[in-house]
Amino acid sequence: MSAAIISLTVLGIVLGALLGVAARVFRVEGNPLVEEVNGLMPGSNCGNCGYPGCRAAAEAVVKGEAAITLCPPGGKALVAALAAKLGVSVDMNAVVDAGPRMAVVTEELCIGCCRCLKVCPTDAIVGAAKQIHSVLREACTGCEKCVDRCPTEALAMQPVPVTLQHWVFPKPASA
Amino acid sequence: MMPAWLDRLLCNPWGVHPQDDRKRPAADNPLRHMPMPDRLYLPVQQHLGAPARPVVLVGQRVLKGQLLAEAQGNVSAAIHAPTSGTVAAIGEITAPHASGLPVLAITLAADGRDEWIALDEVADPFALSAEEIARRVAAAGIVGLGGATFPSALKLNVSRRAKIRTLIANGGECEPYLSCDDRLMRDEPEGIVEGLRLIACATGATEICIGIEENKPEAIAAMKHATRGQRDIEIHVLPARYPMGSEKQLIQQVTGIEVPADARPADVGVLVHNVGTALAVARAVRAGRPLIARVLTVAGGAVAAPGNIEVPLGTLVDEVIAFTGGLRREPARLVMGGPMMGTQLPHGRVPVVKGTSGLLALTAEETGVRPSGPCVRCSSCVGACPMGLLPLEMAARIRVGDLDGALALGLKDCLACGCCAWVCPSRIPLVQYFVHAKGDLAGRERDRLRQEATRKMAAARLERLEREAREKAEAAARRKAERARQKAAEAAAAAAAAQTAASEEGVSS
Amino acid sequence: MNRSEDFAPLPVEAPSASPHAHGGARVGRTMALVCLALTPATLFAFWAFGWPAVHLWWITVSGAVFGELFCLKLARRPVKPALGDGSAVLTGWLLALSLPPWAPWWIGVAGGLIATVFAKQVFGGLGQNPFNPAMVARVALLISFPVPMTFWVAPLPMHLAEAPGFVDGLRITLGAVPLPDALASATVLGFAKTELSRGLDLVQAFAAGHAPASPWHGLHAGSLGETSALLILAGGLFLIVKGVIGWHIPLAVLAAIGLPALLFHLIDPGRYLPASSHLLSGATMLGAFFIATDYVTSPNTRLGQILFAVGIGLLTFVIRTWGGYPEGMAFAVLLMNAMTPVIDRYVRPRILGRTAAGKPLEPVGKEA
Repeated sequence: MSAAIISLTVLGIVLGALLGVAARVFRVEGNPLVEEVNGLMPGSNCGNCGYPGCRAAAEAVVKGEAAITLCPPGGKALVAALAAKLGVSVDMNAVVDAGPRMAVVTEELCIGCCRCLKVCPTDAIVGAAKQIHSVLREACTGCEKCVDRCPTEALAMQPVPVTLQHWVFPKPASA
Repeated sequence: MMPAWLDRLLCNPWGVHPQDDRKRPAADNPLRHMPMPDRLYLPVQQHLGAPARPVVLVGQRVLKGQLLAEAQGNVSAAIHAPTSGTVAAIGEITAPHASGLPVLAITLAADGRDEWIALDEVADPFALSAEEIARRVAAAGIVGLGGATFPSALKLNVSRRAKIRTLIANGGECEPYLSCDDRLMRDEPEGIVEGLRLIACATGATEICIGIEENKPEAIAAMKHATRGQRDIEIHVLPARYPMGSEKQLIQQVTGIEVPADARPADVGVLVHNVGTALAVARAVRAGRPLIARVLTVAGGAVAAPGNIEVPLGTLVDEVIAFTGGLRREPARLVMGGPMMGTQLPHGRVPVVKGTSGLLALTAEETGVRPSGPCVRCSSCVGACPMGLLPLEMAARIRVGDLDGALALGLKDCLACGCCAWVCPSRIPLVQYFVHAKGDLAGRERDRLRQEATRKMAAARLERLEREAREKAEAAARRKAERARQKAAEAAAAAAAAQTAASEEGVSS
Repeated sequence: MNRSEDFAPLPVEAPSASPHAHGGARVGRTMALVCLALTPATLFAFWAFGWPAVHLWWITVSGAVFGELFCLKLARRPVKPALGDGSAVLTGWLLALSLPPWAPWWIGVAGGLIATVFAKQVFGGLGQNPFNPAMVARVALLISFPVPMTFWVAPLPMHLAEAPGFVDGLRITLGAVPLPDALASATVLGFAKTELSRGLDLVQAFAAGHAPASPWHGLHAGSLGETSALLILAGGLFLIVKGVIGWHIPLAVLAAIGLPALLFHLIDPGRYLPASSHLLSGATMLGAFFIATDYVTSPNTRLGQILFAVGIGLLTFVIRTWGGYPEGMAFAVLLMNAMTPVIDRYVRPRILGRTAAGKPLEPVGKEA
């Protein structure tokens, strides 16, 4: 009886010590996961998620403070990638993807004040003082920063029109 | 031909064998020629690759065979006027596509004169060099008429560089209902043979095999007669199974070679061309005629008089069907192409394009559409798949959004031939799962490229801001230095002036 | 870019991808053909064992159908398509064929409910169950109620005077009348196991007077489905010709039972039954043609199905010969059902253009 108690106690002490040593020796500085998650983010630092930049959002997601559905410009693809990376399960069918959207200038309202120009993180707006501005479709990421800046509400978000090259058959409804 | 049950018992091969291929009586009816309609609508994208670029203006008068849009780059094809007339518009029309989305098209109003442009005829096309043949094929805007619409000139050039050995003519026409190739082989066998020889010249192929399915005995006889005594051309009779006309399956059946995945037939020394394309090549090289019309099959339970028609490109589908005799009843589905791989059309006011091998007005019984049930894991689809995939497993993964799992099972190798959905007892739309998943994956790839581009643009912007700030600081520093230098110069000048004045004073006093 | 005045792009409501034609196969047709294939053997068994067997059959089938109906209603799923495809009826029918002919009604009801509720609907319905529902129910009943499940009666053909009529048969099935002991009999497999456990030699045991006979025409003790092995065989061949099942699975099962049986019988006829006994008694024929060929629980590929069938055959032989139960088909099927996902994972068809491992093939040389 006592032999069992003693042997198990010794075993526990030895294994615990081994674990402690391993925790010191194999310690990983920093969290490489944050780097990897940051790599998945769009990288435009638009702030739509509420965090100051994509890196801060990546840290929050890794810590668990933020849901993996936090990034609208990332869309469903980002949710799936984050779920795979972090080992979180997500019901893809429940994720709402508003689809890619882009900012569009209503030319009659634009006064050429250049305020939106300055905040666009990818320089997607072309224009100059007192000239009507326009948004480059390929450069716009849908972060919506410009929409609030416009004093005349000339900017609005619209879904990116689907073209013949990009159209996809819808998934069949399950039985 | 073995009875189906014995076939199944002994070898259980891939593919499907519809009991009734529904090609007759349409295949036996003589070819009809559609008269030129008043208006023709020519989309600038009728081929794989980059759309053609219009080179005419609205209001311009054009002649029959005149270039309307030029090919953009190598993987593209030109569009020519099917008749003489005026360019009425260059704008968007409904594309002959399931989505009903718009496509840019050139609308031609026919003037009724049907005046040809001056054609560049050649007395002996076989005296031309290989490059010249390919150039003429490109100038004629010829693309694969079997339905794939790959630019033929590019295929010729690639094959010549790859030094192919065997040219296979695809007379399979494995889809039910369609018989346009059958009709061409019966009516124009010499033209087809000439076209095949020209292609062989253009690519360096030394042997030609013509593969024809056994359900076309008249075509086999006609082609055999046209190639009698010619040693380097062989007719191969193929078992009538869908998709025997699919490139990889055809090559394996005729030569025994398996084309490796992600490789092209040219990599194994083989080139495949549809017999209709060969005929178009013959006409283009010898007579200089561009591709402006094609033969197609109008069939289906809702059509009054099925048959083969030669139709100018750009004719509206409604007009083609009306010419054949109209519809017997309201079709449940209008399909461009064959029933296994064709596209559902949103309505009949879309034009016939280069890849239109058939127009089917199908009744509800023919489409066999029923509510789909759960997968019973019967694995009929596994037996039917010509590529050796597991359709039930791929669809199960796509259903729950596991696209990577489906990719790992071989989604990229799927031909979308439709054999699996054809045999499925639960009527599951398997092909739709696969094309949906392929589209989603392509979209994901585009998104990834977009993300990289966004990153670069955001970095470029930051760099621009830094650069501006730096330049501003430098400019400010320069101005400051300039002012300082000026001040120093003024001070020095003032000091010098003062000194001169002082010395002058000193001297004078 | 201006829109041409003739056209406006019309969005199509949910366009369908190809194909726009169908081969005509239907799940309901498959189920109906299987039921048709079972009919000759079932009718023979009805005649052989009389009205109690008939009542047991319809009570079991009703139990299965009711179980399915109940679950569909609970899950608020459409009833007509699910019940209409006939899979619940087939499950109940197969289960009924594996029960003792004069079993009480509650065995039939419990079995039918277990089969559809616990072995099928809880997994998500048709196509989702990992285990064969009829076999799950049979095993559950066998383990829970060993006595009624092993009470075999000698055949009492309907035309005989002493055979119970419609109402008497109903009374027997409903348990209103106790089962007469005189009718009890042993099956060939059961008898062999008992004699072996008593240390007797099989050759002598079967030569002795009280051994159960097993005539080729099937009038011997056993479950409804095992009496006429030849009629089951005929039904199975019918299904093969009709293309409902392949010939490879039944052949593999029969070979995997028959060949070891032959081998062992040659080595020691006293301890091991001959191959003919193995093949013609018990659930061998029913299992080979109707249970092992079940679409849902068998692997996807031909080779996988053959491995599955060989496994069933071998396990059946092993359990029968060295296991505690005289009949091992149900256990063997369940064990191999558990192996099906593993088989499916490793046995995959070779994709055209790729090696078996999935890498692209090397291009064949172009040199002539």
